[in-house]
Amino acid sequence: MGAKNWGFKKSLWLFHLNAGGCNNCDIELLDCLCPKFDVERFGIKLVGSVKHADVLMVSGVVTRKVVPELIETYEQAPKPCAVVALGACGCTGGIFKDGYNFAGPVDKHIPVDAYIPGCPPRPEAIIDGVVKLLGKL
Amino acid sequence: MTSTLGMVLNFLIFPGLLFTAAVGLLTTWVDRKVSARVQWRVGPPWYQPFADFLKLMGKEIVIPEGAKRTGFLLAPLAGLAAVTIVSMMLWLANLRGAGFVGDLVGVIYLLTIPSLGMIIGAAASSNPLASVGASREMKLVLAYELPFVIAIFTAVTKVVPMTLRLDGIVQYQAATGVLLGNASCIIAFIVAILCAQAKLTYPPFDIPEAETELMDGTHMEYSGAALAVVKLTQAMMLFTLPVLFITIFWGGLVVTGWGLLYTIVKYLLIVTIIVLIKNTNPRVRIDQAVRFFWGPVTVLAIIGMLLAVAGL
Repeated sequence: MGAKNWGFKKSLWLFHLNAGGCNNCDIELLDCLCPKFDVERFGIKLVGSVKHADVLMVSGVVTRKVVPELIETYEQAPKPCAVVALGACGCTGGIFKDGYNFAGPVDKHIPVDAYIPGCPPRPEAIIDGVVKLLGKL
Repeated sequence: MTSTLGMVLNFLIFPGLLFTAAVGLLTTWVDRKVSARVQWRVGPPWYQPFADFLKLMGKEIVIPEGAKRTGFLLAPLAGLAAVTIVSMMLWLANLRGAGFVGDLVGVIYLLTIPSLGMIIGAAASSNPLASVGASREMKLVLAYELPFVIAIFTAVTKVVPMTLRLDGIVQYQAATGVLLGNASCIIAFIVAILCAQAKLTYPPFDIPEAETELMDGTHMEYSGAALAVVKLTQAMMLFTLPVLFITIFWGGLVVTGWGLLYTIVKYLLIVTIIVLIKNTNPRVRIDQAVRFFWGPVTVLAIIGMLLAVAGL
């Protein structure tokens, strides 16, 4: 159990799920992988398939159209799997909270382990959020 | 009886599964670290591949809806077994010399099994993107196998008397100097490195698992322990192919005294060449890859073969 947990903490693979965002948080997430921040030092990398993921980074206001896909993606992710709500929209709905197409923040649909607010959150904030997530595991 | 037990131990511990897995995973760290330095990053710590492996072993295996369960889960294991046998054959031929019969045709045959395993596994996963990856992998195998075989048989042609046995090739080189000293074998070595790039599905020939268009293609539906086996097979291939090239072109593996250091330097040099090609080239289309391998690379390989026949 100890070795398994150590492996999990040292090698988080992120899957990036855009649930109707404006792409701004997504660009900031990709900034974390650039030479300046280089999160691969800590074993963090982006993966293309949800079947490889350890952390779902959900960005964007959850629109009504995307709710079934969001839930299905979460169910397809192999457990244990953490979920991070990225950006003000993912955490609360942000400026779209009264929108006709707003289906509630991410934690209304799937369990969320960490919230990273900001519009968009800076790369430092994203790294800080992931560190706090690691403390929770 | 003892020899049977010895073979089982050889297969499972040294130089088989355990040893090849450990060194292979360390080699993927070299790969990631060199890639990071090329991209002006720091890169992961040395234990990173082991942490990845442990984590994947502890995760759930998701079987996709509509997948053929048996083929999906067994195909990566076939690849793992094949690459383990290749590694064992190469090391035993180098370490024990004449006592062990290692056949080069068997090595070439077994080295295609991991690709075939990935094709079967991806086709069994019932995912359209994985199917596209499988079809591309099939075309890639057809493309690189021809120059690869010609390149390896160039080395066989140079050995006097001509032999397909790995230990025979190693002993010939020990007696008369490395084969890489000949012009024909330098050409064959270049061709073999290019084919290794495709065999490992590294850029510029990572077409079957194109990350940006196919989302890891053939590996897409694998998760948990099955993905760990897939990654381990790739890591072991990255270890086995340079060892094969050292064995047949570059004097074989020496594990005593200063020879060990020289062997490690040769090995790291070949790995670094592969990683640098990986990092400095964009991905080509599948038709460009097939044209490249059947055109210039095969012509180059045949020129090498003709030089070898002419005695150069």
